[in-house]
Amino acid sequence: MNLHEYQGKELLKSFGVKIQEGIVVFNAAEAVEAAKKLKELYNSDWCVVKAQVHAGGRGKGGGVKLAKSPEQAGEFAKNMIGMHLVTPQTSAEGKLVRKVLVAQDVFYPGPGEHREFYISILTDRGRGGNVIIYSPDGGMDIEKVAEETPERVFTEFIDPLLGLRPFQAQKVAFNLGLSGQAFKEMVDFVQKLYAAFLGSDASLFEINPCLKTSDDRIIAVDSKVTLDDNALFRHKDLEALRDKEEEDPADVEAQEYDLNYVKLDGNVGCMVNGAGLAMATMDLIKLSGGEPANFLDVGGTADAERVENAMRFILKDPNVKAILINIFGGIVRCDRVAQGVVDAYKKIGNIPVPVIVRLQGTNADIAKKIIDESGLQVMGAVEFQEAADLVASVLKQ
Amino acid sequence: MSVLVDKRSRIIVQGFTGKEGTFHAEQMIAYGTNIVGGVTPGKGGQTHLEKPVFNTVEDAVKQAGADTSIIFVPPAFAADAIIEAAASGIKVIVAITEGIPVQDMIRAKAYVDNKDVRLIGPNCPGVITPDEAKVGIMPGFVFKRGPIGLVSKSGTLTYEAADQVAKSGLGITTAIGIGGDPVIGTTTLEAIELFMNDPETEGIVMIGEIGGTLEADAARWIKANGNKKPVVGFIAGQTAPKGRKMGHAGAIVGGADDTAAAKMRILSENGITVVESPAQIGATVKRVMGK
Repeated sequence: MNLHEYQGKELLKSFGVKIQEGIVVFNAAEAVEAAKKLKELYNSDWCVVKAQVHAGGRGKGGGVKLAKSPEQAGEFAKNMIGMHLVTPQTSAEGKLVRKVLVAQDVFYPGPGEHREFYISILTDRGRGGNVIIYSPDGGMDIEKVAEETPERVFTEFIDPLLGLRPFQAQKVAFNLGLSGQAFKEMVDFVQKLYAAFLGSDASLFEINPCLKTSDDRIIAVDSKVTLDDNALFRHKDLEALRDKEEEDPADVEAQEYDLNYVKLDGNVGCMVNGAGLAMATMDLIKLSGGEPANFLDVGGTADAERVENAMRFILKDPNVKAILINIFGGIVRCDRVAQGVVDAYKKIGNIPVPVIVRLQGTNADIAKKIIDESGLQVMGAVEFQEAADLVASVLKQ
Repeated sequence: MSVLVDKRSRIIVQGFTGKEGTFHAEQMIAYGTNIVGGVTPGKGGQTHLEKPVFNTVEDAVKQAGADTSIIFVPPAFAADAIIEAAASGIKVIVAITEGIPVQDMIRAKAYVDNKDVRLIGPNCPGVITPDEAKVGIMPGFVFKRGPIGLVSKSGTLTYEAADQVAKSGLGITTAIGIGGDPVIGTTTLEAIELFMNDPETEGIVMIGEIGGTLEADAARWIKANGNKKPVVGFIAGQTAPKGRKMGHAGAIVGGADDTAAAKMRILSENGITVVESPAQIGATVKRVMGK
């Protein structure tokens, strides 16, 4: 689950991490008020207006603007809210902006220079632990930095049983070239950031930029936070931050039916039990001359109700020219699944495309008979290759 | 011979009296697996499915001589169950539970890695040595005994592969479902190492998917160790789009090396016979084994 920038920053702040302060607003009038409030608090006319959508690269699409007065903040907010923000990470039509963050100006002049760093924390699957990845070249695309100057991207592995040790936080601050007050601030920042990562069961924290201000404070100016869905049961407060408006409506609906569904652009819909077999079935569709229209894992219990829900789901996609149901029965008896498919088919009524049902496992032969003799526009198969051949022949017609 | 589990394994079920634990314990016992009891805290001293119930894994080890455990404990408590098993002297832990928080698994794996214990999973179908022991949730009848070691990240795709191997006239020494989570106990490489060292295993089938580097790591190891036994590989997810999680928490194409095409190329370069079609796994094994 992803958080908005402002939600991520609030999370960091609750663990004592210093952040660029701001106020989230939904219209221009609120933006003007927010900017005035920030002016009182931080004694600056300037503020930054930032579109709050789940996508990176917002600055490139005009989603981040520096306002030099509260009125200008209002103008920017007015222009941004309601626009479709297109960034390198969104689709061509972009993402609708529903709210903006009015944030304090942190690039104020002072005794020292500003510097922008990159800091992220994530799980290294291969090593089975968390790593801090950081670079003195913040504020830009980290993939580009990694490609062009790999020696300027550092990785610190955290021993799962020891946790982040003080010397490791100091190493980060040294490698970022800090000294004096800024060094101390960075050591504190890194330790609190890691505590926040563990404390929220996050799978990704990305702070870009992490800023050293002109008066040697270290603050998070942006935040990208992804939380582990499996751990939300113990973070009800964070789960409540889910913004369904940012998610694909088809995904949200699939979740309601407890179906594991990903929409794709192809012409053959599929319904499979198990994620690995579902991906393999998509691959087989492609090898048979089609393109998969979706990924859909119906899970272990492919009963009539789930099959019906899944079938209705697939049929919403107008591109679908055929449906392949691939169930490896296993402990579940295939004849029961077959009866479930027939019942679901009859309940839905008119299905305008051919349906191929491949059932393998206990009583697979009886299952094929039930399918073939149902009198419906359904074809039965037992072997995987048979199913592939049927898909190919249906697409040729 | 076989690997990890056989008819001498003394197996307990953690989460024995729950719905899942009960159902699959019944199936395992019916298969002929040597289940010596189970653990459900607070129910020690009772009898379930005609087997003793213990409060702790330590009791099960001391009183029933358990050396292998299969875990059906709910996600919130599963990592602790893994650590308990490792701390109590269990040697092979099979964690079936799906949905364990990643940070919990990181700590459990780090603990297990420091012990003389092998952890399989979590979020996996388990391990089966046909005709000897089924320590998992797979349909036992699909797995016929033979000379092929099978390692896979997936559940039903493992059954599919085993079925095709059986229909090609060959069979399985042991099938290991390593699980599709981002952090797992036994890796593809470690499973393959077990098979390379098992005299009964003559060939290996390796079923992988998009995401992570497990298959590539294993492929490089196989070549570095002299390609001692023929290996057939399949990678699911050739048609998966970038950046979307395909069911398994770990199945996501991040960088260019995560794609199925990149993995298949690495497998090929390291002397593994790559199957493009998931329907041709059995036929390919048969051809490679020259039978």
